[in-house]
Amino acid sequence: MKTLVWVEHDNKSLADATLAAVTAAGKMGEVHLLVAGSGCRAVADEAAKIEGVGKVHLADDAAYEHALPENVAPLVADLMGHHDAFVAPATTTGKNIAPRVAALLDVMQISDILSVEGDKTFTRPIYAGNAIATVESSDEKLVITVRGTAFEKAAAEGGSASVEEVSGPTDAGLSTFVSEEIAESDRPELTSAKVIVSGGRALKDSETFEQIITPLADKLGAGIGASRAAVDAGYVPNDYQVGQTGKIVAPEVYIAIGISGAIQHLAGMKDSKTIIAINKDEDAPIFQVADIGLVADLFKAVPELTEKL
Amino acid sequence: MKILVPVKRVIDYNVKPRVKADGSGVDLANVKMSMNPFDEIAVEEAIRLKEAGKAEEIIAVSIGPAKAQETLRTALAMGADRAILVQTDDEVEPLAVAKILKAIADEEQPGIVMLGKQAIDDDSNQTGQMLAALMGRPQGTFANTVEVDGDSVTVKREVDGGLQTVKLTMPAIVTTDLRLNEPRYASLPNIMKAKQKPLDTKAPADFGVDTAPRLKTTNVSEPPVRQAGEKVEDVDALVAKIKALGIA
Repeated sequence: MKTLVWVEHDNKSLADATLAAVTAAGKMGEVHLLVAGSGCRAVADEAAKIEGVGKVHLADDAAYEHALPENVAPLVADLMGHHDAFVAPATTTGKNIAPRVAALLDVMQISDILSVEGDKTFTRPIYAGNAIATVESSDEKLVITVRGTAFEKAAAEGGSASVEEVSGPTDAGLSTFVSEEIAESDRPELTSAKVIVSGGRALKDSETFEQIITPLADKLGAGIGASRAAVDAGYVPNDYQVGQTGKIVAPEVYIAIGISGAIQHLAGMKDSKTIIAINKDEDAPIFQVADIGLVADLFKAVPELTEKL
Repeated sequence: MKILVPVKRVIDYNVKPRVKADGSGVDLANVKMSMNPFDEIAVEEAIRLKEAGKAEEIIAVSIGPAKAQETLRTALAMGADRAILVQTDDEVEPLAVAKILKAIADEEQPGIVMLGKQAIDDDSNQTGQMLAALMGRPQGTFANTVEVDGDSVTVKREVDGGLQTVKLTMPAIVTTDLRLNEPRYASLPNIMKAKQKPLDTKAPADFGVDTAPRLKTTNVSEPPVRQAGEKVEDVDALVAKIKALGIA
């Protein structure tokens, strides 16, 4: 089987999420990559070094700069003439593009796979991860998105694939990129952070969230996450949200502060290696999944913890 | 302009699903069902566009069992004008749902199809994007803000790194994210009024769509269960535990 993996990038460098998708694709067959963007040669060169990659397709066109699905999905669909499976990381970009490709190919997509069980058989979470379905596709071609936390990352070095330039349909004229507000931060990204400190509704407001959560995260070199309630209440921006429909994370250590543990939140973090919970409600569901729990008033306990670490 | 709003009847988001012992699926017998929360947000956004004078008519559509009528009545009670139920007891995959919606959109010619980004039962996150592909129209997924201006719609999208804004030429497909709005509750008088609003019932075959599944679910199992660990007495004990983990 020949797979085509979507390379996630910002036209300058390759995003980590790609590496788990490469591992998943490697379990299915030969791995080809697609770097679609504008002025993104450096990304293709970086992609060619990933271990286990056979070939990198580079589609460099102004129309692909922001990965608008109206423009890139037809490109992918064309390339699928020579590939058997399209594999994208289950990032917001992958989730935006893959189903559009699937419909163009008349294929039913398999979202968010957790494992490769056979030629066309995969497992995937349903019902916020409260059930795991094993599904087998009867389609000739496959379109798949990959849950990043479920696969090891492929080694970023060690490969020496060739880079081949390809072209495809250009601007479909249906959509234009206007702007983006991407948070610049020195903190580790949530999906690749080793430690995450996450705050919930109990943090009261954005100033308090900042005062309580940030110093602890600084001390531990951690990424900062939040429950839906904290994001909805405006304490932190949307890209902090961990959960069923936000980011799925699996760090070494996840510290949940003032988070009760709704099933939608647990869906996004229960694969963390160690979960620590601090909550004043001893019956909070978060304690049912936490390895280490502390029943305490977070406004006293967290500053004390930060101080003593 | 018309807005088409597809809605799905799913397990209520407060219910913890139970996997059937025989591995055939999730037990939905006697479980509370509700409108998919993301679809509620879509209905609300459509109503707000109508209230702002940007849309004239809101058509709610559901593809599912006879009981999906209740979901459509909820949409009507919130403020949709009429409803279409495409009735089937089979499980219809997102690709087939998108094909049925495409056929309905061909008939109704909406300026916007507004739908939830994902249903909380199968967690596929596919239907809107697939519909956009089949219609050959642009898509604004994971919408945080929607602004209609003339023949275009500007969508601010929730993406992994923050927010991205795109401008789409209508007709366009918009899928809703959590922060787009807070859906209203239907008032009792509106619930009564909704009973009088038109609700058409159709079948997938009326649209010439083959709904045979492409994916076969061979097993559904419980995920590995996490055991609760231990509670520590105080911050000092927690400090010791954290140090033992080697992260501080």
